[in-house]
Amino acid sequence: MNRIENAFKNKPIFMPYFPLGYPNLDTSIDVIETLAKNGADLIEVGISFSDPLADGPVIQKATQIALEQGITVKKSLAAIAELRNRGVTIPLILMGYFNPMLAYGLEKFIQDAKEAGADGFIVPDLPPEEAGEFQSLVGDLPLIQMLAPTSPNERMESIARNAKGFIYLVSVTGVTGARTSISDGLGDLIARVREHTSAKVCVGFGIGTPEQAKQVGLLADGVIVGSACVKTIGSSEKPVEAAKQFAAEFRSALQELKK
Amino acid sequence: MSTLLPPKFGPYGGRFVPETLMPALIELEQAFVDAQKDKVFRNEFEGLLASFVGRPTPLTYAKRLSEKLGGAQIYLKREDLAHTGAHKINNALGQALLVKRMGKKRVVAETGAGQHGVASATAAALLGLECVVYMGSVDIARQEPNVFRMKLLGAEVRPVESGTKTLKDAINEAIRDWVTNVRDTHYLLGSALGPHPYPTIVREFQSVIGIEAREQMLRDAGRLPDTVIACVGGGSNAIGVFSGFVDDEQVELIGVEAGGSGIASGKHAARFGDASKARVGVIHGTRTYVLQDEDGQIAETHSVSAGLDYAAVGPEHAMMRDNERAFYTSATDVEALDAFQTLCHTEGIIPALESSHAVAEVIKRAPTMKKDQVILVNLSGRGDKDLNTVIKELGTNL
Repeated sequence: MNRIENAFKNKPIFMPYFPLGYPNLDTSIDVIETLAKNGADLIEVGISFSDPLADGPVIQKATQIALEQGITVKKSLAAIAELRNRGVTIPLILMGYFNPMLAYGLEKFIQDAKEAGADGFIVPDLPPEEAGEFQSLVGDLPLIQMLAPTSPNERMESIARNAKGFIYLVSVTGVTGARTSISDGLGDLIARVREHTSAKVCVGFGIGTPEQAKQVGLLADGVIVGSACVKTIGSSEKPVEAAKQFAAEFRSALQELKK
Repeated sequence: MSTLLPPKFGPYGGRFVPETLMPALIELEQAFVDAQKDKVFRNEFEGLLASFVGRPTPLTYAKRLSEKLGGAQIYLKREDLAHTGAHKINNALGQALLVKRMGKKRVVAETGAGQHGVASATAAALLGLECVVYMGSVDIARQEPNVFRMKLLGAEVRPVESGTKTLKDAINEAIRDWVTNVRDTHYLLGSALGPHPYPTIVREFQSVIGIEAREQMLRDAGRLPDTVIACVGGGSNAIGVFSGFVDDEQVELIGVEAGGSGIASGKHAARFGDASKARVGVIHGTRTYVLQDEDGQIAETHSVSAGLDYAAVGPEHAMMRDNERAFYTSATDVEALDAFQTLCHTEGIIPALESSHAVAEVIKRAPTMKKDQVILVNLSGRGDKDLNTVIKELGTNL
């Protein structure tokens, strides 16, 4: 059983996002290790890009700082290896935009990511129509497919049919960032996705509190928390302590739903 | 998931966007294909180009400039005389009509020099659409008159403070708005850039420049030009004029990028001119030549003209460069400012700083050509918007 399948043994799972290099490289590695060891079931590890067009202000700012601090793709991959050395055993999914991966060399990027211990990829600006080259090189690691509220049924079906790992369902039409409430239509949206696939459905964009995570966790197989995680930890004087507390709160919110 | 129109230009182009936007791109492609076949739509578009934009724009023989340079005869395609002062209105009107057809009520647009923002605000006012224009705060400072123009036309201008605060960041913000409001909002993209079908749509709506210019050259000069020259930011005016001559293999097509402070300085926007920084990459939904660092981060660019100050180039230009149907060169800020003044003095025309880059290439090239040869230059816009910049750059020399 691979690490991703293993992570979904007890659903719903908690999936925080955190970018490497923010607020600096060493701290980000400590934060990700802490999230992993205090309740995260899977972590989306961010690779920074200068023009993150699917991201709201919180992640824009964090990844900008990461770049100013000198983060690179190469250092990000080395950080994944370091996390494995520190005994992190949960799945680590690399999340980033396509251009830095292309600049690194796509084949080499995928190969080096595998060797470092990554478990898959999320590339928000690589829809299925453009994913052929990536898919041909990725081998057995999944390139996670995304679905959105705007995806029509026939498109959902064709995307879901080829889904590997899990499906990343964008809960709102918009960019990343916490919202004051979970959208009313989320239940229907998840039901619509499930009509087309037996793959695991994880929901992201707009989930900011343990209470919201619980609401989503009642419906989905996984709850993705990005901006709130970055903001809470990034604004703390003691990021590692904050990460510990953040993971524990979300873990306990989802604990009673686990089956 | 096939497309109605080819989504790529050789290896360039494509649709590198978040899933949320894919259905909107598919809808837009369908609406465009249907509209192109619809006589009512085409009549309405062509009617507005005539009665509202003032097309056809004239072709002007630049007699004194030709004499001064002592070589080829020079003709100017006068997009500066189109309503709102630049070619941008052609595409803005075409897309705004598509928006009505799709039943959407709101448009967002990006702008660098402000010309596309003004054109979008104008088209939105004419057709009763809500319009929000994103503009980098650096560009707002250097193109102030256009900001007032957009506001007077009823558009909301939102300053963009992220990243480099120029065109690239304005596009990021416009796309973020579009992702958020995609159900009732159209992204009125102003250049031959971005995800499919935009590069094709923009080329088609700008092809009127080339169609008219070809007819006018045959009428006025009795022949096709030997060389067609246009400036290239994203590349919409260039692709528009080139499209009229692309099948005439003997006509040489020249695109002029922003050389900024010079290629060696690193401060420029010459995507085809700097092999050390420009590589094929993906930005704003399209695969093309992109100025970037070793790690794939998009580079800062520099040009005295806001409209050319962008790190990527339209994907069709990338293809035409590779297959050598077109050739690309650059003009520096200094050369463009010289050309600006030369055209003012010799022809009584104040060109946009963007268009001045094309004129700069004419000044280099015409003297090397014979007197019976002909250059057509696309004068994409007028320079009123640039007076503050020019006064600042030329200072006491003016």
